[in-house]
Amino acid sequence: MLLEVRDLQVEFKTRDGIAKAVNGVTYSVAAGETLAVLGESGSGKSVTAQAVMGILDMPPGRITGGEIVFQGQDLLKLKEDERRKIRGSGMAMIFQDALSSLNPVLSVGAQLGEMYSVHRGMSRADAKAKAVELMDRVRIPAAKERVGQYPHQFSGGMRQRIMIAMAMALEPALIIADEPTTALDVTVQAQVMDLLAELQREMNMGLILITHDLGVVADVADRIAVMYAGRIVEEAPVHEIYKAPAHPYTRGLLDSIPRLDQKGQELYAIKGLPPNLMHIPSGCAFHPRCPMAQDVCRTDVPPLANVSEGRRSACHFWKECLNG
Amino acid sequence: MAEAILEVRDLVKHYPLTQGILFKKQVGAVKAVDGVSFDLVAGETLGIVGESGCGKSTVAKMLVNLERPTAGQIKYKGTDITKMSGKALRSVRRNIQMVFQDPYTSLNPRMTVGDIIGEPYEIHPEVAPKGDRRRKVQELLDVVGLNPEYINRYPHQFSGGQRQRIGIARGLALQPEIIVADEPVSALDVSVQAQVVNLLERLQNEFSLSYVFIAHDLSIVRHISDRVGVMYLGRIVEIGRDAEIYDHPTHPYTQALLSAVPVPDPSAREHRERIILSGDVPSPANIPSGCRFRTRCWKAQERCTLEVPELAVPAVFQLLEGPAHHPSACHFAEEKRVVPSE
Ligand SMILES: Nc1ncnc2c1ncn2[C@@H]1O[C@H](COP(=O)(O)OP(=O)(O)OP(=O)(O)O)[C@@H](O)[C@H]1O
Ligand SMILES: Nc1ncnc2c1ncn2[C@@H]1O[C@H](COP(=O)(O)OP(=O)(O)OP(=O)(O)O)[C@@H](O)[C@H]1O
Ligand code: SF4
Ligand SMILES: [Mg+2]
Ligand SMILES: [Mg+2]
Repeated sequence: MLLEVRDLQVEFKTRDGIAKAVNGVTYSVAAGETLAVLGESGSGKSVTAQAVMGILDMPPGRITGGEIVFQGQDLLKLKEDERRKIRGSGMAMIFQDALSSLNPVLSVGAQLGEMYSVHRGMSRADAKAKAVELMDRVRIPAAKERVGQYPHQFSGGMRQRIMIAMAMALEPALIIADEPTTALDVTVQAQVMDLLAELQREMNMGLILITHDLGVVADVADRIAVMYAGRIVEEAPVHEIYKAPAHPYTRGLLDSIPRLDQKGQELYAIKGLPPNLMHIPSGCAFHPRCPMAQDVCRTDVPPLANVSEGRRSACHFWKECLNG
Repeated sequence: MAEAILEVRDLVKHYPLTQGILFKKQVGAVKAVDGVSFDLVAGETLGIVGESGCGKSTVAKMLVNLERPTAGQIKYKGTDITKMSGKALRSVRRNIQMVFQDPYTSLNPRMTVGDIIGEPYEIHPEVAPKGDRRRKVQELLDVVGLNPEYINRYPHQFSGGQRQRIGIARGLALQPEIIVADEPVSALDVSVQAQVVNLLERLQNEFSLSYVFIAHDLSIVRHISDRVGVMYLGRIVEIGRDAEIYDHPTHPYTQALLSAVPVPDPSAREHRERIILSGDVPSPANIPSGCRFRTRCWKAQERCTLEVPELAVPAVFQLLEGPAHHPSACHFAEEKRVVPSE
């Protein structure tokens, strides 16, 4: 396994108390595999990713338990300078908003070149040549002429591809993409996702894709992990989950997608409000909103049970859910 | 067709590009909106879709008078509001309100929810006299499905979906006839998005509102819209009833756009035929001659370089009845089914 996150726990100190953002997340990614992480806004998808990358805001954040095993070593036991070496060359991250993650006062060529001059000790001329090569690779037209331009001189889709280029520069084994196409329209999104998939295939990278677009997930993911209130509630191969979800929250998500035959009708929506992380409901955190909840759901935390090969669900009634 | 409450004609917004610091010299223009026309019928929802940067938000801002058009007309019930000022303008503006995209940044974090929703009354005290405001705001909270007791809370105490509801309540405060919603659900996950869309539809029926609904999620736009306009580089390239656009698109850009929509069904992966557009969107400061889509179009011929295609029912479909008979700005318009049928 390339990456294994085991029972990760993260909390934030806030003015109103302790917010338990991640409450025992376990997931893994193999080389060449795409894991999609889905879930409600605020469920801890980004925080988990930031903990893996080692870029969590600490404080107010604090990792209170768990392991993050990358290529055989537990990252949480490493010193900061050792982790810094892994960032970029071992794993890299792509963010939603390329404009604010790129440095506005440095040319894109300088930013791409820096990857090579800092991490690989290349000369400036060599680093610049590499930068042009990278821009070519992510299909920025006229890369040689544009290498000296600044981020705001590129379109949104191009900037996102430049971010991908930066993430790819040192050929990392793992890429974490946090909503990489949310700000893009569908035609550019298709280009960006195709590019990511192609580079992934070429370099046999692991990819963690965080998104709430169930269409994109269906298009590119091998496996899916669904999060709710800081936990994984379901994990499954992509084909199985769309056919028959084994957790009521996943079912609620899938049922909320607008379908053609629903035109003029109300859309299905999961009732109730997202949980307050300061006071996570007892038992199954989803129980106040769950149409299948019984007494046991209010008292007992459902374990992440094996449903079938490679498939798990944290619901007391996963069998009923799967069949219903 | 019923009466148009809004008639938009040849709307243009150019932002000057200047050079020099002391003596600014105009060296060109960003043609953000470059000749947009459409009607909005009372009680209907017009969806607007298109690539990032094609000018959707700029159109929205001109409709609610946050931006002055460079040229063109916006007629509200027959009167051109772009020429109005003072009191007359203020009373018209009351009837056209906007809901913004980002529930995380469009609300002032230092104001209570009550102050945010009641703020429009400062400019239009005639709608709600001072003593009446608190009750009005609580009514609005109730209408959008929020607890009226939350009136003194701050935005950070709400979830993304709840914040979007606050924005909608604010848009409703002045009892407008038209709401321009600029990507009102883009930042939300699907279940919350469904809640907000249901709310918008309920309010439309209850208060007979007309909507201009801008989004880049094509399935949501289809769900909520009666008609849909597709924009590319500052112009509408195709417009029609939702089924005409989605099931019988005749413009190559619309066809490419629809073919790129990811389908939430992994087994469709192998069967879909995606039209991948070559190249990048040209800069709005440097729009191609003739058809502005031609640099990325797989059908482009010499005529496309020379002649601007007008937004009208294409000649080939003029004698034909049926869903292909709708305005499409392409010299070589033809039908092509692109969405896998269910
Ligand atoms: N720096 C911080 N200080 C306090 N709380 C934080 C901080 N960062 C994140 N949180 C909280 O942790 C929880 C999980 O946040 P996270 O960003 O991981 O959500 P997410 O699943 O990525 O949601 P989204 O889909 O909206 O991006 C949220 O409730 C958030 O408010
Ligand atoms: N104040 C301004 N000055 C100069 N150019 C501007 C200004 N506002 C917008 N533009 C440009 O006008 C074009 C249209 O922008 P607009 O925000 O209307 O696009 P949009 O269709 O809403 O895109 P998105 O889907 O990304 O929100 C863009 O190229 C943008 O950079
Ligand atoms: S007019 Fe020409 S370039 Fe424009 S869309 Fe039609 S075929 Fe393509
Ligand atoms: Mg996030
Ligand atoms: Mg916009």
